[in-house]
Amino acid sequence: MASVCFYFQVHQPLRLRHYTVFDKGHHYFDDYKNYGICRKVAHKCYLPTNRLLLELIRRYDGRFRIAYSVTGVLLEQFENYAPEVMSTFDALAETGCVEFLAETYYHSLSFLYSREEFAEQVRMHSDKIEFLFGQRPRVFRNTELIYNNELASFIESMDCFDGILCEGADHILGSRSPNFVYRPKGTSKLKLLLKNYSLSDDIAFRFSNRHWSQWPLTADKFAGWINDVNGNGNVVNLFMDYETFGEHQWEDTGIFNFVRHLPEKILQHPDNDFKTPSEVIDSYDSFDTIDVPHIVSWADTERDISAWVGNAMQSNAIYELYRMEGQIKETGDRKILEDWRKLQTSDHFYYMCTKYFADGDVHKYFNPYDSPYDSYINFMNILGNLKLRCLKILKGGRPDAGVLAGQV
Amino acid sequence: MKVFMLGWEFPPFISGGLGTACYGLTKAMDKLGIEVIFVLPKMVESEYATHVKLLSPGSLSPRLLSLRKGEFEKAKFRVIDSALQPYSTADVYQRQIEESLMHKRMGHSGKLSSSSQFVSCGDYAGDMYSEVYRYASVAARLSEAEDFDVIHAHDWMTYVAGIAIAKRSGKPLVVHIHSTEFDRSGEHVNQVIYDIEREGMHFANRVIAVSNFTKNIIVERYGVSSDKVEVVHNGVERNGNNQLLSKVGIKEGEKVVLFLGRITMQKGPEYFLYAAKKVLEVMDNVKFVMAGSGDLMHRAVEMAAELGIGSKVLFTGFLRGEDVNKIYQMADLFVMPSVSEPFGIVPLEALENDVPVIISKQSGVSEVLRHALKVDFWDIDEMANKIIAVLRYPSLGITLRNYGNFEIRKLQWRDSAVRCARIYEQVTAQAVPV
Repeated sequence: MASVCFYFQVHQPLRLRHYTVFDKGHHYFDDYKNYGICRKVAHKCYLPTNRLLLELIRRYDGRFRIAYSVTGVLLEQFENYAPEVMSTFDALAETGCVEFLAETYYHSLSFLYSREEFAEQVRMHSDKIEFLFGQRPRVFRNTELIYNNELASFIESMDCFDGILCEGADHILGSRSPNFVYRPKGTSKLKLLLKNYSLSDDIAFRFSNRHWSQWPLTADKFAGWINDVNGNGNVVNLFMDYETFGEHQWEDTGIFNFVRHLPEKILQHPDNDFKTPSEVIDSYDSFDTIDVPHIVSWADTERDISAWVGNAMQSNAIYELYRMEGQIKETGDRKILEDWRKLQTSDHFYYMCTKYFADGDVHKYFNPYDSPYDSYINFMNILGNLKLRCLKILKGGRPDAGVLAGQV
Repeated sequence: MKVFMLGWEFPPFISGGLGTACYGLTKAMDKLGIEVIFVLPKMVESEYATHVKLLSPGSLSPRLLSLRKGEFEKAKFRVIDSALQPYSTADVYQRQIEESLMHKRMGHSGKLSSSSQFVSCGDYAGDMYSEVYRYASVAARLSEAEDFDVIHAHDWMTYVAGIAIAKRSGKPLVVHIHSTEFDRSGEHVNQVIYDIEREGMHFANRVIAVSNFTKNIIVERYGVSSDKVEVVHNGVERNGNNQLLSKVGIKEGEKVVLFLGRITMQKGPEYFLYAAKKVLEVMDNVKFVMAGSGDLMHRAVEMAAELGIGSKVLFTGFLRGEDVNKIYQMADLFVMPSVSEPFGIVPLEALENDVPVIISKQSGVSEVLRHALKVDFWDIDEMANKIIAVLRYPSLGITLRNYGNFEIRKLQWRDSAVRCARIYEQVTAQAVPV
């Protein structure tokens, strides 16, 4: 049996506005840019892909199944900027063939810096998903698939999840295959789904690469590779950014036609099917234990967290941010807390990445800054202002009118 | 390949990047095995100076040329006695000539002689433009005794000579543009200089620009066809001289922001001062050092006073040699707010000395430096914003320094020399033998 398990990561950060040390305002986000990018990606990717997948789910009468993880910051943007995307997600949820996964509401790196904050953000996100789509997530995926044994233990201790996702990196698998369900070391109930990065990247990164020996990739060819898993694996986990469809791979690459024909080709083999992560977990026993003492992620070639905390600026910015947690929460100011959390979105640190030379091209995607240095300066200026707002309240002064009114 | 190079004196006896560029490029060519006959103007202070002084690397007097022994293998040097100095203006030239001649005559007779005698003294042409032509005719005569394949001329003062030698020898001419009249004078171009620049570019078989920024000016303002203009970025000379010297003259804990360059319109000194004013509104423990001299120096001193930051701005005058190293050791940040900078070697030197840099986007060097902060020269707020960030957040300076110092290792004069050599091969292959 070979089950195909699709999970799509859907996320756009709230980009910061240009904020100099001389700025005093309390509004930190570039609404115009965020609106523009949200609308643009909605039209190129979210809307056409949602409609296509909805059409496929209906055509195959429940046999085609998929999963999403949509971040809280993007759900808020949909509500404000692109409500029509929201209604297509509603329609997808109503089919019963779509699973929504849990993650941190703000797409943050909080697991690495504050367990308390991490748990709050995971709960916030699950609440939001349940409120919007009527299902409480059972499977957790961490920001950028950042994972280690500790994360698995912590998630199990939260007692709301059956499974967790991780990158199927070579160095954690050794000679084992990613095409089985595993058990994270140190847990007793949780199951681990590992991304088949080779087949996932064939779609997400190599699909339109004319120098690739397998180009052009057809649904037939891809289904053939899935069929090959029969007999030596249970599940092929295809995890990728949703923006793959129409944004990273433009429509003229034929990506939508590929997706349109893929279910038919895969279902032609009687032993193949599609399953959501929860269904995979319910269907297959864990095959072995996976030990991940060090942090892995799905990013770049290193599969580590150097893209977010790899240089002195990134480490400093993120350290300063989380160092404020006590003060922020002490103020009891809802707006300050929200701003602080929005600053936790991992993209802000990704923009500060100086690893230009090999992985840099990927980092340029929708990067609003000319250089990592500009992004750090901007971030630190905003953090400086947020700190002042906290101090003002904590030193006994009243929060100013803007903060109370929840704007500017 | 033998090159007849019309260049400028090497550091530290220079007033800008031109000498540095000639030095780095010639040294790299020498290493590549290209034979360079290097011709340069130099005021010879001896009373009985001949017009041309022949020098071989072995016989170089350290006073005349700041070369270390054994630095060059094949290069030959020819010094032409001339008062030409790069980046000079007609007025400055006049003053220098007068001072020099008075000096000579005083040494001779012990007292000042009348000005009528001075005019008849035939050593130098009386004005800078005539001197450019006099220099050309001496250089052309000199070239007859030399054997070479290509002529390479650096900036406008040598173009007339380059053309004369090309006409006489029939060898191809390559002109190298380190700066144009538009960079130096904005829209108030000097027509005589513009005409000489234009003639040089059009006559030359190939034009080398130090950046795409400069290439655009050459194509748009001088009407040179773009496929004739090749961009060869400058390199940086790594001297490995990075020992720490103690900070001098600045209080403990005080930050130092450095401007280093000619204090002229082109370098944007006023934007540095406006930004300084803004920075000082936010933080106090900063000193702004302006190292350099130039025609706006007095204006800059006045301006600092008018802005009420006189005590926070230090003027050092023109620095050379060890003093330059010292100032880099003191600096926390280097700012180059140039209004129009064809290349800009100084930021590379700053990075070489582990000083992070802010450079104007209107510079050629911003095409090759990624690990630098970049601003529009007119954007005072942003300049101040970035200065404050570097002074306030150590991890920003650390990251800029680490990556910047690494990045400039890739900018080698050797690569510039290889590109020039390729251009020589093209033009000599195309040229019709006479």
